[in-house]
Amino acid sequence: MRYATTKWLAALAAVVIITFSAFTSAAAAKDIELSFYYPIAVGGPIPKIIDGYVAEFEKENPGIKIKAIYAGTYQDTLVKALTAFKSGEPPDIAVLLSTDMFTLIDQDAITPFDGLLKTDADKAWAKSFYPAFMENSRTGGKIWGIPFQRSTIVMFYNKDAFKAAGLDPNKAPDTWDELVADGQKLVKRDAAGNVTQWAVEIPSTAFPYWLFQGLTTANNVRLMNEAGTKTYFDKPEVIQALQFWVDLSRKYKIQPPGTIEWGTTPKDFFERKTAIMWTSTGNLTNVRKNAGFAFGVAMLPAHQGRGSPTGGGNFYLFKKMTDEQRAAAFKFVEWMTAPERAADWGIATGYVAVRPDAWDTPAMKKYVADFPAAAVARDQLKYAVAELSTHDNQRVTKALNDGIQAALTGTKTPAQAMTDAQAEATRILRPYQ
Amino acid sequence: MQNPDQTKKRADGAPSPLVGEGNRLSVPQHLRVHIHGWLLLLPAAVLLVAFTYYPAVRTIFDSLFSTPRGVRGAVFVGMDNYAAMLADPVFVRALVNNFVYAACVIPLTIALALSMALWVDGRIAGRPFLRLSFFTPTVLPMIAVANIWLFFYAPGYGLLDQILGLFGFSAHNWLGDQHTALACLIAVAIWKDAGFFMIFYLAALQQISPQLAEAAALEGASRWYFFRRVTFPLLMPTTLFVLVNAIINSFRLVDHIVVMTQGGPDNATALLLFYIYEVGFKFWDTAYAATLTVVLLTLLAVFALGQFLILDRRIHYQ
Repeated sequence: MRYATTKWLAALAAVVIITFSAFTSAAAAKDIELSFYYPIAVGGPIPKIIDGYVAEFEKENPGIKIKAIYAGTYQDTLVKALTAFKSGEPPDIAVLLSTDMFTLIDQDAITPFDGLLKTDADKAWAKSFYPAFMENSRTGGKIWGIPFQRSTIVMFYNKDAFKAAGLDPNKAPDTWDELVADGQKLVKRDAAGNVTQWAVEIPSTAFPYWLFQGLTTANNVRLMNEAGTKTYFDKPEVIQALQFWVDLSRKYKIQPPGTIEWGTTPKDFFERKTAIMWTSTGNLTNVRKNAGFAFGVAMLPAHQGRGSPTGGGNFYLFKKMTDEQRAAAFKFVEWMTAPERAADWGIATGYVAVRPDAWDTPAMKKYVADFPAAAVARDQLKYAVAELSTHDNQRVTKALNDGIQAALTGTKTPAQAMTDAQAEATRILRPYQ
Repeated sequence: MQNPDQTKKRADGAPSPLVGEGNRLSVPQHLRVHIHGWLLLLPAAVLLVAFTYYPAVRTIFDSLFSTPRGVRGAVFVGMDNYAAMLADPVFVRALVNNFVYAACVIPLTIALALSMALWVDGRIAGRPFLRLSFFTPTVLPMIAVANIWLFFYAPGYGLLDQILGLFGFSAHNWLGDQHTALACLIAVAIWKDAGFFMIFYLAALQQISPQLAEAAALEGASRWYFFRRVTFPLLMPTTLFVLVNAIINSFRLVDHIVVMTQGGPDNATALLLFYIYEVGFKFWDTAYAATLTVVLLTLLAVFALGQFLILDRRIHYQ
């Protein structure tokens, strides 16, 4: 008898559990679930910040669940997202390089944002970003990416070294000529004639084309058209810009010869091996923490004009979503790029806040007041241009990178290197004409 | 199968009274042995087919088609990818680099491993410490190693330049110079693998009977003569094993290139596998990546055949 009761109780319990779990899964089915891939490219507790944003968003928007997945470097994230896409299970939202736009379009992996801009507020939001950042986010009249973690190149300089060389520590070289003139005073040599401190380092590994755009933009020339189907590597202005870069090492001897490693350049700066370095604004927090001397941040020097390329990552929406999911994903992207968030994200990471009104928030105003260097990148944005991005982007970029490195290491003249790079790029881009 | 009764009995595992009896009954017996054998092989075979043979065959197949892009599917292009490959200067550069790399890394690693093993096999002070320090590079992941060496090679304040500076040499941009970059990566690879191979040599050395050394000493053989005529021939099986691994590693391990040079400057340090990765996962040209992979597969297959068919016959196994 007792045995029978237990059996009945067990059966009852089973029924209750099954019913209950059926209810909860029905409730869960009502939630819209979205997966979100993001990369990490700078120091700091990025996953914690992202998870914090996601939790806050979910609290404000019940019924939407965001699964944020840290996917490695930009390159790793792209590989993971595209591999997942090819196997039929792409992420819903991803932060990828703004320059991956053409690759993603060619793979037919993403959808433009235009169809989602329904209200006036949505349309105003899409227009609220710095135009320089939108250059890499738009093509063929459509918006494919929304700026999120964006950067530009700035010049960091060691004020102590400037003082020691008899230069004004509050005035960084503002033109190419000043860079050369100041540079010749900044180079220090020991008794044997070996250089102990270089004047300037412009890194030339990993993505030399990006740094190179800091020179070409100052020489008033663009490297590609907006459609991403043509490049202009062999224009005389481009060759001149490369000649200047080579001359910094060979003619003026104020920059180390050969290619300069991107990863060790900040270390060279901290070790006083170079008085000036060009690097991403993403390094701002790093330099602030590690420089054992007073440092300054300045815009890149001008020549025929002024300017720097933008860089960094955009939000993309992948194709395989229901309309309901797409609306929710759009809501998330809109929320993540609201002025307060853009300001908070910029302060926490060193990225440039992507919209002008973010700089008017009280938090950002206070930050800039404490640390005026943070505003240099913003002020430079009015001169900024799109980062090199074309169809078959990484292959075209490699052609240019190889050319730049060949010129810097002296195996080709700048003219020869750029003519070869242009020929290769033309060959690669032929199917897209 | 003509005799279901028998099948059932043996499936139960009962000893068969019919083994070796009459031709008529030995057919199902043979069959059963075969099935048994194949079933035992099945797990390994499934893994091999799924992760080795199928991908290899599929790679060859894919290399004959164009890369599917978006809505455009793959089209049969025959040998076009191979023709494009031969005309690709980066491929030629990567292939030549890889041969130079292998030709330096393999003999130097083996020689260093053998000398270290001979050294720490002898009775010297601090032997455990020496063995440990020789083996440490093996334990570190290649990514970590490459990041450390990146700073060793840093011009000016890097370890290498600091040491050379003591002798009056000026700073050199080791990784940023086309003439030295590949040599720098070769040094890292040797440093990384020599300790690992040393362990195998050490184990083999300790297997060699001390009587041989005593006998040689009685005969008045010099140490070099003893090494050349006794120790080294006895180590040949280990050398073959180490050689196989060294060759595989020289084509397989490219982590340090990703960290230290990304194949630059101007492809001076591009190796075959690194280029395959670039083509496959940066350019997303999967068909061309498959074509390059076929070359790598063929190379490794030729090496493996050469090793096992030619070298193996000349080796004396105890």
